[in-house]
Order: sequence, then structure tokens, then C-alpha cells
Amino acid sequence: MSASEPLERRAVISGIGQSAVGRRLGRTDLDLTLEACIQAIADAGLEREDIDGLSTYPGGGFGPPGFSGPGISDVQDALRLKLNWHDGGSEGAGQIRAVFSACLAVAAGLARHVVVYRTVTEGSAQAGGGRQGIGGAPSGGRGIPRFSGPLQWVLPYGAVSAVNWLALIAKRRMYEFGLTREQLAQIALNARRNAERNPKAIYRDPMTLEDYLSVRMISDPLCLYDCDAPCDGSTAVVVSHRDVASDTPHPALHVNAIGTALRGRPSWDQFDDMTTMAARDAAASMWERTDLRPSDVDVAELYDGFSILTMVWLEELGFCGKGESGSFIEDGKAIALDGPLPLNTNGGQLSAGRLHGFGLLHEACVQLRGEGGDRQAPGEPQVAAVANGGGPIAGSILLTKDTP
Amino acid sequence: MTASGPPIRLLPRVDEQNRFFWTGGEEGELRFLACGDCDRYFHPPSPVCPYCLSRNVTPRAVSGKGTIHSFTINFHPWTGAGDPYVIVLVTIAEQDDVRLTSNLVDCDAERVRIGMPVVVQFEHHDDVWLPLFRPDLEAEQDGLPSKDGSDDLPLRDRAGSR
Repeated sequence: MSASEPLERRAVISGIGQSAVGRRLGRTDLDLTLEACIQAIADAGLEREDIDGLSTYPGGGFGPPGFSGPGISDVQDALRLKLNWHDGGSEGAGQIRAVFSACLAVAAGLARHVVVYRTVTEGSAQAGGGRQGIGGAPSGGRGIPRFSGPLQWVLPYGAVSAVNWLALIAKRRMYEFGLTREQLAQIALNARRNAERNPKAIYRDPMTLEDYLSVRMISDPLCLYDCDAPCDGSTAVVVSHRDVASDTPHPALHVNAIGTALRGRPSWDQFDDMTTMAARDAAASMWERTDLRPSDVDVAELYDGFSILTMVWLEELGFCGKGESGSFIEDGKAIALDGPLPLNTNGGQLSAGRLHGFGLLHEACVQLRGEGGDRQAPGEPQVAAVANGGGPIAGSILLTKDTP
Repeated sequence: MTASGPPIRLLPRVDEQNRFFWTGGEEGELRFLACGDCDRYFHPPSPVCPYCLSRNVTPRAVSGKGTIHSFTINFHPWTGAGDPYVIVLVTIAEQDDVRLTSNLVDCDAERVRIGMPVVVQFEHHDDVWLPLFRPDLEAEQDGLPSKDGSDDLPLRDRAGSR
């Protein structure tokens, strides 16, 4: 680590909020967002007038229906916020980039209290039509649009979803490392076991290995239970300067280090090593900014938009060796709630709903604050690792309960 | 099941930057941009060689031969009902860091494996010639080692290939 203190360490998470979460709530994205934001502000012990920064991923109007949530201007206006700093964007180090920019804004003195939110209504948007590929669901004939940019290289071949692109990584890992479906299943099974203890989770019925192995295949070797559950919901956190940490009603959670690097090619299919992805670089850059080590981490909330992503993050964050995540998790004990590395303790996106990275961030805060209830990891966790993203999109963060 | 493509072809929009690629099949050629200074191929197209930053880049035909670096059999009906299809990631024979996502065709889907030698063929749609790949039977018969050099490893999970 360099001698100077990483600037993100001047930031804390002072409050958290989360709206109702469900498959189809029948509420607007702005409604859900305001519920989460107002809750987070109150949780931080703040008034609306204290909020001078606002940040989100990916910003309004981006991506397919239900994906982006309301933009910064919608939320600012709905709350009549007086902002000194604001930022919303889709490019950067994963969904959690919105938190990173808030940390840096606070460190730079551009704002003191930043509300950061991520909202999805993909559950409602995909109702009836089933989950869509990124090109939408064309009905055929002349109405089919043509594609430019990076999608032109994959969509013509029916590689229309990240599940297709990631199946290529999963297959390559089977070839190089001997990964099995039985091992991969542990990500989904562990998530479901934790979701059984989370009253807000989408899917809470017990799942067996036989259930996993017999459910329909989506893109070999990834099956339905390797894919997260589209849902409606909003998550918000308040990022504040650390000098308020002694005044917060709940323990302020310190940002120890963030991981933002992308050193390989920004591509799903041209990355230099097709057993991994940008997670490799983000994780490496995070550890370069801290004296903490993987063995110091008490709870891990690692992106599981698709189960194979969690496997890659486990390795790249150093919780096991390269290519060893299969054997690391194969009996489920290492990642269980009462194991050495409790993983995705709320059920992850696979079972608790695709809150797109921010559900995992929220859960890390819950665990560090000791508010997990039935799903609280034992031993008063002090250090949490959160990772967001897959393919060329990756960001990670280390949070600590005490001052670093 | 004989592998083919998805039930609906979503097509690229042909423009000045990508025309050489998407129309190369009209002459039966798989083309990539190559650098006239450092002699390397790169993909996707860019006005500048990503290796040496030269602007001396022009399309050049390659052999059309390659190796399957990874694959997946898609079962989900994203674009309407249809048979499962094989998506392959192919490394071209000329340079191991140039890859194409494509479909495997003219092959029993049960036969697809990492390391399999393949050769290009084209499927014509309007102004686009999509490069697809079929097994390179000649190379298979010659027993050429794959680029990966690890063809003899057991192919692990095949549960999806039903």
C-alpha cells in the first residue's frame, strides 16, 4: 500500500434504506426510490436539508425497461434537494461506482452527505414476457432493429444475454479447472438457505441439489437457478464525511478501500483470460490500497447476477486460489452463515432479488451493524467485502465497523 | 441434434468501419484489420492499431481456420421458439488473441468440444454475410494439436447437451 492514506477512507456509510422488494409491486420506480432515500436519510439521523449530494447508477433512461430507475433530476426535484454535487452514470467500476464517486466527492469536500441509490423495476417490466435478452424480444419481420457497437458482434449469433456470455466463461472453467455443476450449485443452494432466514427475500422455499440439477437449462452449463431473480425495489445509502461518525444513530461504517481497476480489455469475449474478467483487476486494485488481507474479511457479499460471477469473485478477491473456488465451496461449509466466510447472507440476487449490486451492499451494512436477525452472521463481523459486476464491469469495496 | 443458429438473426448495421468484416463473405473471405507496420491483427475494428498506434491499418483476409476456445448450448427461447443452438468462441489460427463469438453449424451438437478445429462458412442476409463455423474435418483427421494443446483433458460437464 502507498504511504498516503487512500482518500476514500475519509468516507463512511452513515445510513441505509431499502424499499419494499418484490417480484411485481405495482409501484413506480420513483415511489420506491423515495421510500428508500427517505429511510436512509432518517437512518443516518439526518434531515433532508442536510443532504447536499446525490448519486446513482446508471442514471435515468438507460437500458431496457425497468433497468435504470429514476434519474438524478427526478429524485432531486421530488425531494427538492439543494445539491452541491450530483452524479449519475453507467460507465465505471460496476454498479457500485455510484458509491465510489460519492466517497470521492465527500473526500474532496464537494459534499458532506450524499444519498446514493439504485432502483430497479425489472420484475414488473418483464411481467408476462419472460426475461429478455439485451436486444429485446423481436417479433420477426421488418421491425427488427439493426445493431451497432459492441452488441453487433454477439447478437447475430443468439448470444443475446449475459448468461450466454458468462456460460462461455463457465465452460472454460470446467475445461481448465474441472469445475462441476455440483460445485457451482453451491452458490444457489447457499443463497437459498440464507434467503429462508430473510423475510424480504423473493424465493424462500428450500432448494435441494436435485432441484438445481433438474431445473431447465438456460445456456449450458448455466441453468435457471444460476440466474438472479428480476424484481422491483430500491436501495439507498448515505455516504458522509467520517468526521460525523461519532454522531450517527447507528454505527458508521468506514470505507477502507475501493477497487476500480480495469486493466484487461473492456470486453465480454476478448478478455485476455476467459476464465476470469474485470473482477481480477478491481480486486487487485482494492488490495493494493489497504493493509487488510482476505483473511481479515468476516462476511462477503459478492455479486451473483449469475452464480459463476460469485465463483470468479471468490478467487479474485483471494478467498481461495485461482481455479479453486469449486473445491472451496463444494460442501457448502466454507460459505455458510456459520462458516469461516459467510457469503451472500441475505440470499443474494439469486434468491433475494436482483437489486443490482446494491442489495449486497445494503446487506453488508446490515451484517456489520449486527442487525441481521435470523440471518446475522455470528461473531460480530468487523470487516465486509462487497463486489459488484460481471464481465468488463467490476467494482469492489471493503467496509469496516471500526476506524481503519 | 445438428447445430444451427438461433431462430431469428439479429443483424448488424453495416457502416464504414465494419463493412469489410460483414461483407467479406461475399468473396468467401473472413477479414480482420491488420497493421501494416507491426503486422498484427486486431478486433473489433478501430482506426488505430491498438498495439503500435499506427494508422496504417487495412482489412486482410485470414485463413478462416480456428479453434473453439469455449462454447455454450443455448436452450432459452430469447428470440422465439426454436431448437437449441451452439454459441462458440473461436480463436483464429493466425493470432491467439483474436476471437470471434459465432455459431457452430453442420455438426452434431453432442460433438462440440473445446479445442475443436473449425473453419469458417458464411450465411447471407441482405447486406450481411455472417461468419459461422463448422468442424474442420481435414484438421481433425490430421490430428493436429489444438492451439490449447490440451485436447486430451476430459471434457467435464455435458449435462446441458441433451
